[in-house]
This record gives sequence, structure tokens and C-alpha cells, in this order.
Amino acid sequence: MSAREIHGIGAPFGPAQPGAPENREFALIGKPTAKIDGLAKATGALQYADDIQLPGMLHAKTLRSPHAHARIRSIDVSAALALPGVHAVISGRDLPERYGVIPWTQDETALAVDKVRFIGDPVAAVAAVDEDTANQALRLIKVEYEPLYAYFDPRESLVRHDPVIHEDKKDGNISKHVELVFGDVEGELKASDLVVEDDYTFHGTTHAAIEPHCAVATQAADGLLTVWSSTQITHYVHRALAKVLGLDPARIRVVQPALGGAFGGKSDPFSLEFCVAKLAMITGRPVKMLWTREEVFYAHRGRHPMQLHYRTGVTKDGRIRAVDARILIDGGSYSSFGLVTTYYSGQLLTGPYDFPTYRFHSTRVFTNKPPCGPKRGHGSVQPRFAFEVQLDEVAERLGLDPIELRRRNFQGGHTRTVNGQRITSNGFLKCLEEVERASGWQQRRGKLGRGRGLGIAGSMYISGTNYPVYPNEMPQAGIQIAAERSGRVTVFTGGNDIGQGSNSMVAYIVAEELGLDLAQVRVVAADTDLCPVDLGAYSSRVTFMVGNAAIDAARKLRALIVEAVAAEWKVEQARVRLINGRVIDMQDSARSISSAQALQITEARHDTLGSTGSYNTPKLGGDYRGGTIGASPAYSFTAHVVEVQVCEETGRIRVERCWIAHDCGRALNPMIVAGQMEGSAYMGIAEALLEEHGVNRFGLHAGPSLLDYRIPTAIDTPELAARIVESLDPEGPYGAKEAGEGPLHPSIPAISNAVFDAVGIRLRHLPFTPGKVLEQLRTARAMTQGKQSGQVSRC
Amino acid sequence: MLRMPRFELLEPTTLEAALSALAERPEKSMVIAGGTDLLPNLKHELFTPERVVSLARIASLRSVRELDQGWLSLGAMLKLEEIAAHETLRRRYPALAQAASLVAGPQLRTMGTLGGNVLLDTRCQWYNQTYFWRQALGFCLKKDGTLCHVVEGGSKCVAAASNDTAPALMTLGAELVIVGPAGQRVVRIDDFWLADGAANKKLDPGEILVEIRLPPTTPGHRGAYGKLRMRDSIDFPLLSVAARVDLDSSGKVSHADLVIGALQARPVRIKKLDSVLAGVQTGGDAWKTAVSQAAELAYRQCHPMPNVPGDHEWRREMVPVYVRHTLESAVRGDGPVHGL
Ligand SMILES: Cc1cc2nc3c(=O)[nH]c(=O)nc-3n(C[C@H](O)[C@H](O)[C@H](O)COP(=O)(O)OP(=O)(O)OC[C@H]3O[C@@H](n4cnc5c(N)ncnc54)[C@H](O)[C@@H]3O)c2cc1C
Ligand code: SF4
Repeated sequence: MSAREIHGIGAPFGPAQPGAPENREFALIGKPTAKIDGLAKATGALQYADDIQLPGMLHAKTLRSPHAHARIRSIDVSAALALPGVHAVISGRDLPERYGVIPWTQDETALAVDKVRFIGDPVAAVAAVDEDTANQALRLIKVEYEPLYAYFDPRESLVRHDPVIHEDKKDGNISKHVELVFGDVEGELKASDLVVEDDYTFHGTTHAAIEPHCAVATQAADGLLTVWSSTQITHYVHRALAKVLGLDPARIRVVQPALGGAFGGKSDPFSLEFCVAKLAMITGRPVKMLWTREEVFYAHRGRHPMQLHYRTGVTKDGRIRAVDARILIDGGSYSSFGLVTTYYSGQLLTGPYDFPTYRFHSTRVFTNKPPCGPKRGHGSVQPRFAFEVQLDEVAERLGLDPIELRRRNFQGGHTRTVNGQRITSNGFLKCLEEVERASGWQQRRGKLGRGRGLGIAGSMYISGTNYPVYPNEMPQAGIQIAAERSGRVTVFTGGNDIGQGSNSMVAYIVAEELGLDLAQVRVVAADTDLCPVDLGAYSSRVTFMVGNAAIDAARKLRALIVEAVAAEWKVEQARVRLINGRVIDMQDSARSISSAQALQITEARHDTLGSTGSYNTPKLGGDYRGGTIGASPAYSFTAHVVEVQVCEETGRIRVERCWIAHDCGRALNPMIVAGQMEGSAYMGIAEALLEEHGVNRFGLHAGPSLLDYRIPTAIDTPELAARIVESLDPEGPYGAKEAGEGPLHPSIPAISNAVFDAVGIRLRHLPFTPGKVLEQLRTARAMTQGKQSGQVSRC
Repeated sequence: MLRMPRFELLEPTTLEAALSALAERPEKSMVIAGGTDLLPNLKHELFTPERVVSLARIASLRSVRELDQGWLSLGAMLKLEEIAAHETLRRRYPALAQAASLVAGPQLRTMGTLGGNVLLDTRCQWYNQTYFWRQALGFCLKKDGTLCHVVEGGSKCVAAASNDTAPALMTLGAELVIVGPAGQRVVRIDDFWLADGAANKKLDPGEILVEIRLPPTTPGHRGAYGKLRMRDSIDFPLLSVAARVDLDSSGKVSHADLVIGALQARPVRIKKLDSVLAGVQTGGDAWKTAVSQAAELAYRQCHPMPNVPGDHEWRREMVPVYVRHTLESAVRGDGPVHGL
């Protein structure tokens, strides 16, 4: 079976037709099952990077820039080196090789070389016997800086290019510019019955994963370097380490231990991974570096602040004729995934609605702030916010129900978007229907009294893309299976389980295909020495791609088992069925053996048992530069209805409830899918109402702690109602699509739209702070003075 | 994780031993109660004591005692959770129990003490930060520097008194019992504060707060506490309001008091409150009007600054809102007021 082959959506046994009753024949898939590492997590037995203790291990710390933008005149580390207990000190010149996730925009070094670009930029690192000694040594390093003019306002970076933040950039302080036009946008806007045009702002937010970044490195006597890191992309760390350290990748092993959350914030290779590796090589001792919470805020890679301008033209019955976007993206100090972000800001908006014409003009600029990068819903949460608020205004101006407006523009399934993306299964209408019904939309919207309101928003997101970050023809995901006579089957995956449950997903699939008990399956993941390559946990690609690879590998092994057992029993292969830890004869119920016995029979016939499987995307995307960025083998779709209560005395918005309907193709484990949906909505609501990642007037992070960066606690979290929609995608594993990022998108615009329903103001600028709400309420009152009774909803 | 700096920790079991442990090097020693304020501050290098003396093993500091003439004594080491849940306190001193119930989050309230709360260091967004962060800024005059960043060019620290129980204790007329090398002194909590955010308490090195004493309240005593914060747990106040309304037997206000916290270095008492509230019959329209007037008085007298994180203009707008709700809630007896 080739890697590109599609496996079908049905259970491994019986015909696979969408909606056919044989779908009931799944043993494990589709059932709420505990995660395979759930108990270890709950009991504290699971090992995270910081749990690693090696004999003779040193502790490393990072010296960071106190300047937002400065040239480094000199660094004197002699006093630090002389401190008893210090084993090594390194600075930029020790690791001058550049890296960066995107091969065309590699502009980072492990430690600053000649220049610092934000407050918190790493400058030097110390390895010492303990953390206190390392910290003490940091204060002995003398760095002479020549401060440079610093940029905090992206609008300024757009027009001012002296000084430049990255000297070798051709376009001054512009990081990336993309302009793509599909059809006659101006003509269609002119011909529209209504054009709604406005500005929107998305502030910055960060991931705030509970586990801070941590890495440990050790070099064996024979030179083999091992790095354990809390990364969500082992493979890119592996490549970057080889490049920066000048080592043969075959002599580097990268392992991801259990991970305490990532949300995109652990996607880049980070300074600490290079530093521990280099320090281990210099000292000949294992070295660990654990970042403080403050350092995690500086490393950032969170959601890009964007200033967005949208024009949407529609016919009088609400059909979209044209969408025109102009977006300024504040990238912070480095490129990171910025090239992709810039494309995503436009490329991912073209569903679930049909756009006959579309243009976007997106520019990412550098500023002297912590670097932005991918955060859950990478690049598309911000435009989605602006657009869905604008759509609501279209509905209002046309006197249409906002759900009806969205329905009218539904693009349908198995179609192509205006920018050339292939849409397969599309359950968006069902999502709308679910949240409409569950929220009592028809009976309740507009009738809840002043202060309370309902809002809707929709979205779509990718299940991975066929753009592999660095160009290559190899599979995007690989799986290796080893099986032995005890009945134990080990699955090796390069996929990174970052808490989303991807290791469990692999186990469910292999157990399903081989008819095993879940307890018979072990998963070894994210270890470059042991596992086939996978491109990592980003762009919501793991279930789709690794899942397909797992089916591929498991079916190859299953074929061997079926063949061997059929031969042994001297029956037709169709009679051999693998289920629940046993192998049975479908026509003779007396004949049944354990799967261990079946493996023994197979091993005797075929030698040591194993198989491999892989997945690669089909050719996808538009035929133009950047046309493959955002081209996904399958898109997920989401709709939210949010119910808010707005207090007009305080300006506080309370989200009372949020109904989330998400088309994930098929829920391989509905419990995990629902968890992802709720977690996504929680995160989106938090971004809208509480969180803000910004710098103060000095360019210093405004509050790099979990006290000042306010993530909601349990009691700040509304009731979340997840409703899974299954559209059974023709190419996903058993029909599955992503569920980890898509369900975040609508919550933010849905809040704005609900606030409009509640008190009649449109919130277009995030975050929706109470001060802003009061201000807008005052303006609205001033405008309608005399007409209204001045009624105010009290808290 | 941020590292805890090194210090010598002593855990005496008697007050005398604690006092003498402090007396050896008063300037270089500090007291630790629950540690929920001190330990983060040590990690931020806001203080660098060589010796830390814990009061946790001194049993006598954890009692609630009835004193003569209806006074009540609260040991400084009572946990905030104990204060919040204490039946007598909830009945006789509702504002205090409510304030304690809204401090930080549940874990911190089971560690944090009443004494530690009274003695909480003032807070400021430019100050409660790590050494690295403060250094990047050139520090500020409360610690290691010469400039104030709240009032640009200002020469006085205006870090905010952010302790939730202080405004409530002020409305209750509490007294603090402090022991030190020179013996015991009793201070009215109103007289305990200085208008200087750098050091807003009249407590000398080597002194220990042992008790908080509360005068009796009458059956007509009403009180409530209101707290503005973004999250419903964990967060320090962006603004806080302690309200006291004493009613006579006919339901008229005989005396009222309002103290506002988290504005500046010391809690602020609203002046001339009795001129609008005294004599007013609660419940009716006159009461409504009086409450609005009180809210207006407070609005004029309170000027939140950008010392604690958050939009200070919105904090100012919230002064009359929280004053109104807290006064009403005091009379209704359904406080605390929060999360509006
Ligand atoms: C995340 C977080 C959120 C918080 N939120 C709030 C909040 O919302 N509201 C609020 O008011 N506080 C808040 N706090 C601060 C703190 O938890 C409380 O104020 C608590 O009451 C402090 O008491 P403690 O016993 O822990 O004090 P400690 O930290 O032990 O002491 C505080 C200070 O008082 C001194 N001290 C303590 N007891 C005595 C004594 N008996 N005699 C002499 N000196 C003494 C110490 O030397 C120290 O300087 C928060 C803290 C954290 C970490
Ligand atoms: S008010 Fe001024 S001096 Fe005081 S802590 Fe804040 S910045 Fe420093």
C-alpha cells in the first residue's frame, strides 16, 4: 500500500460506506476512552523535561538584554568564568550560525551576535554547578551596549527604516509582504448593493502553557549528543541543532519527554536547546536549562497583533460578492513562522463561505518586541475575528438573521475556494444548525432583555498543510510497528504528544486495526533515534497525517497476521477477524485464539514482525506563488453561539454560555475531541476578555507573570457545551479531521456579536476591556439621545 | 523557576524567642507569617534579609479571644480562611470576614494570615517584578532607583496599599497590638499608615504585630466589602470599598464610614460621609439619593493612578459604582460585592 493511498473512512472490518451501519463495528474508535498516559499524569509519574536528573548535571542560565534595540560593543565574561562553580560561559560568537523554522527567513541566533532586538533577547549563557551559582555568574558578565532607536509601533516600522532591526533585510523593517488578488474585487464591490467597511484590531496574546520550556543535553564519550527538550517539533529541533552546532544529524538524538502544554509556543527551535547542547559539549557534563515564567513570556511566539481593514460587498439578499482585506501584522523582533503567518492571514479566510472575489494585502513588520509566532489557530484567528464581526454587520444592515446570512453564503462540500483550496467534507451547515438549536437562537435572540445577548460566528481551519516547511519529497508522517510473541505491539511515531492526546490516538488506531486490547499497545514517540520522522505537532496535522500513517502500517501488519492465521486454519482469509485481543473464525465460533497466539503463528511464518506506514498529502493548492501555503487535505468547520451578559454600569462582559459545534470529520475519541473544543473556546474567550501580551512605554513586557497575564481560572470559565459534528472526510483516518485549533476561532467574534445583540454596540478592537465598553456605550447613548429612555442594565 | 535567595530561617515557639531572634540584627531580619507576600517579594529581590523569623509555631498568635467591654482580639497568625469562615466575625464584623474571603485564591487564604495581610507591602506594576525586569527599567525609587514611573518625574512613591482587610479594619476602628524591644504598644489602625508608598507602615524593625483588636459593634451595625478585580479569584484589588453603616433602632443611619483601598499608599477614608448619610432612613428613596450622593463624594475624593496594573480611568469610573453597591449591600446584609 502506498503512502499516498487513502484508507477509507470505515472500520477495518466490513465494507466502508459513509453512514453505513457497519460503522458500528468499530471496537475502540468513536468511544470515549481514557488517554493512555492519563493515569501517569494524574499520579505525577509522568516525566517532564525538568524531571530529568543526570549524574554530574550542570545547570544553565541565560543573560538577557535589558535594551529593546542595541548594538553590543563588547562582552566580558572573565569575571563570570572565574567564579567558583562556573564551568562554562558562552555568548553569541560561540554559536553564530543562524537558524529559523522557515528556511528562507533564518534570522535568529542562539545568543545575540553583535545586536539585541528586544528586552529579553538572550545574550550569554552560563553553566554552573547549580542554578544559584549560574545566576550569580550572570551578574558578573559585563556587556557594553550602544542603544539604538527602538520600534514599538508597527505603523512606524512600515515607514521608517533607519535604523533597521535586521541589517541584511532588503525591505527595511518589513518582514514579509503578500498581496494576492482573486477576481475583479473592485468591480464586484462597485456592483454590490451594500459594502460594509471598517477597521479592526487584534491585540497580542500568548500561549501561557503551564510547563515552562526546559532542555537537557548530554554528550557521550563517542560524541553522540542527546537533547531532551519540551518541544512540540522534535524534527525541526534536530535539524536546527545539526546546523547550528555543525554536527552530523546522525550523531544527534532529540527526545521530547512528556509535555505540559504548548499551543504553538514550543514550535520554534529555542535558544535554550542550542545553549544546553553547546555547554554540554564544552563541559563534558550533562546540562539543564529551565526557563522562568518571565523568560517564557520573552520567548513568546504568541499571537501576532494585527490591524485589519475589511471591505465586504454583498447583494441585497445577502450574498457575498467581494471581500477586500488590508492587514498590518506586528511580528516582533524575529521572523519565526512569520512568512506563513502572513500568508495564513489571508489564505485561510476563504471558507466556509463562498467568496466569488477576494483580495488580501498583508504586511508583517519587525518591531523591538518579543517575537510573535504560531498560537493555536495560527494566523487566522485575527482575520476571522474581523470578518465575522463584519458579516454580522452585513446581516444587521440587510435586516437578515446572522445565521441565515451565513447559511446563504455556505460554500458547500467537495468544492474549491476562490484561492484554489480544495474543500472535501464540509459539515458547517450542520454546525450552524446544532448551535442554533442548542442555544434556542430562534426563540431567544433579541428577546433576552437589554444587557443579555446571543452572538454567532463561524470558521474553518486546516488539518495540516501540504507545505512541509522545508521542501522535500519524503512523507510528512511515518509510523513503525514492532510486534512480538507476547502479544505486545509497539508503535513508533515521530508525532509529538503535547497533551492533545496524539499518542493515544495512535494507540487506538493500531489497537482497532489489529484487534488488540489497548493494554497490549505501547507507543514510543518523539525520539529521533527510535522513531520515524514526523513533522511535528503544528497546523493541526497530527491526527490526520500520523493517523493515516498508523492505519497504513497497521493494515500491512494485519495482512500478514490474517494470511498466516488463515493458512494455519486452512480457511479463507475473509473468515479471519481480529477483535478485542483475539483472532476468531467468523464462521466457526469455536475457533478462536488470543492475539498473542496469532502473532506467534505469524512470527513463525514471516520472521520477526514489523511494518511501516506513512502519509503524504496529495498535490494541493492554488497554482500561484504561495498557493500551497494553507492548502490542506481537509478543513474542519466550526460554529459558536455565545451568550453574554453586559453590565452597563461596569462595562464588564460575562460570557454565560458558549455552544461549540465542530465538524471534526469523525471523533476518534469523542471525549478528547470535546476536550479540545472546550479548551479552544476557553482560550478564545480569554483572549477576548482578559489576556493581553504587550510591552510598556519602555518596550518592557508589561507583566511577565501569571499574576499579571490573566488566564481565566475555573470560576472565570463559562459553561461550555461541545457538540461534535461528523462529516466523515473521505481522506481522513476513518474520516477524521482536526479538532485542536479550529474551535477557537469563532468564540472571539461571537462575543462581539453577542454584545451587539445585548446592548447595541459593535466591538471592533480587542481586547474587549470594560473601559472600552463603557466608552462605546457612552458614545452610543450620546448619538441616540432623546430617542431612547436612557435605560441601563444594572449588574 | 525563580530562585529563592538564601537566608537563615528561625522558627521560635514563643513570642519572646521571636523578639530576641529579631533583636540581634533588626535591620537584617524579617518576620514571616504565611509567607504569601514575603516569599514572592524575596524572589523578586525586593528585600534581602539575612535572617527570617517565622511566627508559625507560636500557638498564642492564633487565637480569637473575647476581651472586656465587648472587644474582640484576633491573633495576627489567624489564617484568612479562618477569618472568612468565623461565625462571630461574619455576624459582628461582616466587612472584615468578607474582605478576608476575597483575598487572592483559596490556597493563598489557607496560608496567608490576617497579620500578614495588614502588613502587606504596597504594590506597583513597576515594582512587583523580577530583578532583571526592574533593572532593565533602571529601577524605581521604592527600590534600588531614583525615579517614579507612575508619576513621571515624581519624587514620592505612590505604590498602592492593596491589602483587602485594611479598609475593612479601618471602618471597624481596629487597634493593632505591637510588641518590640521597647515593650508593647497599641495603635489605632488609622494612625498606623504613612502616605509614602515606599514604607507605608509605622512598624519598626524588630517589632511584631501580635493582635488585632476590634471594638464592639451594635446590633444595628451593617458592613460590607466590595472588590474590583478582573478575575473572580487570585487577583489583587484594582479598587476596594469597605462600607460601614450603623443603624439606630428605627432603621435610620446613625453613623456611616467608607474606606477605599488600592488607590494610593494608604487606604483612603471618604470625608463628610455622615453629612449625606446620617439620619437617613434606609430602604426608601431618600436612602437611594443619599447613596448616590455618597458615591459622588467618593468619586470626587478618589483618584486611582496607574500604579497597579489595569486601566486607571476605568478604576476611577468604578469608584461610585462600587461605593453604591457596597453601601446598599451592607444594609441588605448580602455582601461581599464583587465581579459586577
Ligand atoms: C497570587 C497572589 C495573589 C494575592 N492576592 C491578594 C489579594 O487579592 N488581596 C490581598 O490583600 N493580598 C493578596 N495577596 C497577598 C497575600 O497573600 C496576603 O496579603 C496575605 O494575607 C499575606 O499574609 P502572609 O501571612 O502570607 O504574609 P507574609 O508574606 O508572611 O508577610 C507579609 C509581610 O508582613 C510581615 N509580617 C507578617 N506577619 C507579621 C507579624 N505578625 N508581625 C510583623 N511582621 C509581620 C512580613 O515580614 C512581610 O513583610 C496575594 C498574594 C499572591 C501570591
Ligand atoms: S509608585 Fe513609583 S516609586 Fe513607587 S513603586 Fe511604583 S514606580 Fe516605584
